[in-house]
Amino acid sequence: MRELTIRALTHLRQLEAESIQIIREVAAEFRNPVMLYSIGKYSSVMVHLARKAFYPGTPPFPLLHVNTNWKFREMMAFRDRVAAQVGMELIEHVNEEGQAAGINPFDHGSAKYTDIMKTQALKQALDKYGFDAAFGGARRDEEASRAKERVYSFRDRHHHWDPRQQRPELWSLYNGKINPGESIRVFPLSNWTELDIWQYIHLESIAIVPLYYAAPRPTVVRDGRLIVVDDARFPLADDEVPQERWVRFRTLGCYPLTSATESRATTLPDIIEEMLLTRTGERFGPVVEQGRVGTVEPQTREGAVR
Amino acid sequence: MTHQPALFANDIDRHLREHESKGLLRFITCGSVDDGKSTLIGRLLHDARMIREDQLAAVTRDSRLRGSVGGQVDLALLVDGLQAEREQGITIDVAYRFFSTDKRKFIIADTPGHEQYTRNMATGASTASLAVILIDARYGVQLQTRRHSFICDLLGIRHFMIAVNKMDLVDYSEARFQEIVADYRDFADRLNVTDVRFLPISALNGDNVVNPSSDMRWFDGAPLLTQLEQIETLSVQNLHELRFPVQYVNRPNLHFRGYCGTLAAGAVEVGSEIRVEPSGKRSTVARIVTNDGDLNVAYPGQSVTLTLHDEIDISRGDTLVAANSNIEPCTAFTADVVWMHETPLMLGHEYEIKAGTRIVPGRVVRIVYQVDVNTMARSAADTLGLNGIARCQIEVTQPLVLDSYQRSPETGNFIFIDKLSNLTVGAGMVVDALNVGHIVWHDMAVTKRRRAERNRQKPSIIWFTGLSGAGKSTVADALERQLFGMGYNTYLLDGDNVRHGLCRDLGFSDEDRQENIRRIGEVAKLMVDAGMVTLVSFISPFRDDRRMIRNLVEDGEFIEVFVNTPLSVCEQRDPKGLYRQARRGEISQFTGISSPYEAPESPEVEIDTSAYDLEETVGRLIAALRRHRII
Repeated sequence: MRELTIRALTHLRQLEAESIQIIREVAAEFRNPVMLYSIGKYSSVMVHLARKAFYPGTPPFPLLHVNTNWKFREMMAFRDRVAAQVGMELIEHVNEEGQAAGINPFDHGSAKYTDIMKTQALKQALDKYGFDAAFGGARRDEEASRAKERVYSFRDRHHHWDPRQQRPELWSLYNGKINPGESIRVFPLSNWTELDIWQYIHLESIAIVPLYYAAPRPTVVRDGRLIVVDDARFPLADDEVPQERWVRFRTLGCYPLTSATESRATTLPDIIEEMLLTRTGERFGPVVEQGRVGTVEPQTREGAVR
Repeated sequence: MTHQPALFANDIDRHLREHESKGLLRFITCGSVDDGKSTLIGRLLHDARMIREDQLAAVTRDSRLRGSVGGQVDLALLVDGLQAEREQGITIDVAYRFFSTDKRKFIIADTPGHEQYTRNMATGASTASLAVILIDARYGVQLQTRRHSFICDLLGIRHFMIAVNKMDLVDYSEARFQEIVADYRDFADRLNVTDVRFLPISALNGDNVVNPSSDMRWFDGAPLLTQLEQIETLSVQNLHELRFPVQYVNRPNLHFRGYCGTLAAGAVEVGSEIRVEPSGKRSTVARIVTNDGDLNVAYPGQSVTLTLHDEIDISRGDTLVAANSNIEPCTAFTADVVWMHETPLMLGHEYEIKAGTRIVPGRVVRIVYQVDVNTMARSAADTLGLNGIARCQIEVTQPLVLDSYQRSPETGNFIFIDKLSNLTVGAGMVVDALNVGHIVWHDMAVTKRRRAERNRQKPSIIWFTGLSGAGKSTVADALERQLFGMGYNTYLLDGDNVRHGLCRDLGFSDEDRQENIRRIGEVAKLMVDAGMVTLVSFISPFRDDRRMIRNLVEDGEFIEVFVNTPLSVCEQRDPKGLYRQARRGEISQFTGISSPYEAPESPEVEIDTSAYDLEETVGRLIAALRRHRII
């Protein structure tokens, strides 16, 4: 063999290789994996990595979108476009009971709404299809309590997370042994930071929901937060008239619970520059649950499936 | 988070290009809170401007509440202040923290330093290529310093940065610093690590962390962060010893068959001749496929998909190596093991061993020595408790492709998984794969017990006794089929058949009959020694004879099956016409007719083939064998 000289992989290529290794390992070791798809930027990166992992084939697992029916319309259109493009099966699950009971973020408060339409809905979907591994887009640097989370996060048959059941993870050896009914959540983006994600989206030209880019949108101010009025279901006060403002979103979720920031960033470099210059965290905001529309309940963070 | 806004604000594209091409360094920080570990990490994050306004505001507020010194912001709170998990019972674990500069992205494995957290430190060290080991300048090299260094060394970390902290409390004394350096060097001579660097710092005041210290002008080295940005850690890469563990076989259609995996070691090129282990089949690399286009060559750490020129059978768990490689798959090896569970390691107990992409049953057959993590002293042991470290001999039931961990970490590591709880209970680093060439025989006496362990069964003699025509051979044959189908290694010795071979020279005199049964007994004993479940079908009418055989083997290894079919039924069956001959007096001393049959007084099992059909009889025998813990 002729002399080879090694070139170190860049940090993004190392993160990419690690994520691909994790995704392939799960596909190889689990009977029925699924990728949770929340339509946000972390999901976009995760799907992109899954495609890379199985190229020239299609990822051998479906996407699961837990729909609350309160997503931005642009998110739904983007979701269907992506699913068609990658050729992966898209499973949509709605908590029918919750929907029949008319659970919504305006009347029931964000905590209750989120629990029923997202947390419970997710468990329903996992049980219904018997998934034994579910990829989520959460990262360790998201918040302090996640710094110790495993890549393979073990759940018992009731989907409970028990710290004593979490397994040491050394090297790149993951322990995927489970009994019937038990499952794991897998976090292939564990070691990525928000900055890594944006840089990777830029490097790889990954499509993201247009809502991340600034545009004039109809907004109202609730509890000091900018909320975009996405459809006619938004209950306006008598004297309230949505105002057009240049805004964009740093995170995406259910539109009544997601606040926008004023911005003129219309390109990816603009967004990254804005993010680098901003010293406030992505999730900085009222953490006090006020139980009314306009507060961002911590559970609604995109990608943060626990 | 900010990266010198003024610099990039003008030229975001250039900034992005630069950042997209920077490297990654993973390191571990070792030291207790008292050593200032949290303060150091907080200082790195703060001075590298990774702290968001909201976090800093919270910490500033908390610092004031705690009445910190001189109104200073207590940076340790950036790390510790958020550890509410102590109350949740998650307590002690590895926390991963992230920051980046213009030159590198860093992942810190932040681990607790106390002795009872050896497993956590081993976990954090497993992915780190550098260790920052903190020493309190006032106390110098302590027991825990040695412990941290030993564990990092054991896990193969090649670069140590010894940060002598709290220099402000020893008046920034160069003499004190040099004294600690000398002490540490003395001890570190016993380690494998060769790149050891020393830094005098004050994490509290920021001396030599990100910025040089004006109080220690005598130190001419670069600050910690600068060194972390610049250190070259690639020297250990060996590009010639290809190791490609096949992770996933990708067959999207009939025309494509690709082998997915992450290169564990070595480089692979298009046209490389490869060999598949353990099958030994050969081929050449046709393509190195990625979604970004084919590559000509791939390096360690890259996740790729290979296609080969030949259609050969390859599956997950196989390893591709260079065609001319000397490596041989092995089923026995020595390794340094770190035990990670409250239930101690049990010698001989079967665990699942995951190495690379392969999971095989295996067991520790011997602890060579246990190591005291504080003093590095070695001692004998037959068990290993939580946080214990020992050199062990391990055997697996299927071959693994293993390298010495020090030489090739990615192909020399493995974990133990408990088969009942599914938990990861231990981790190991291969010292030596025991190939045919260098097995240390005197260390590895092959005993009956070890053969039995390899066969995963309890060796035994299942002795069928009874009248001619009682159904002994039929039942023994059916039982053997059943046991064999269940995965047991069996052998059936039939009295009649043995007469044709081994005992061809013997007749039917009392003396010869005695010799006949002795030989059968000895052969059965050898079979037991070889680890087999041995079935013997033999009239053996005399109690003394059967007792003699029973005494040849250990307690519990002899199962006497009395095939108690009534004489009338046997005589009616008379498959060989022997009873008729005996009745006519043509055969003398025929058991049951002209010679006594001494029925067993307390056989382990008694069956009557005239009462139950064959299937039910076998079922009863299986149940009896379970009861006697043979299966």
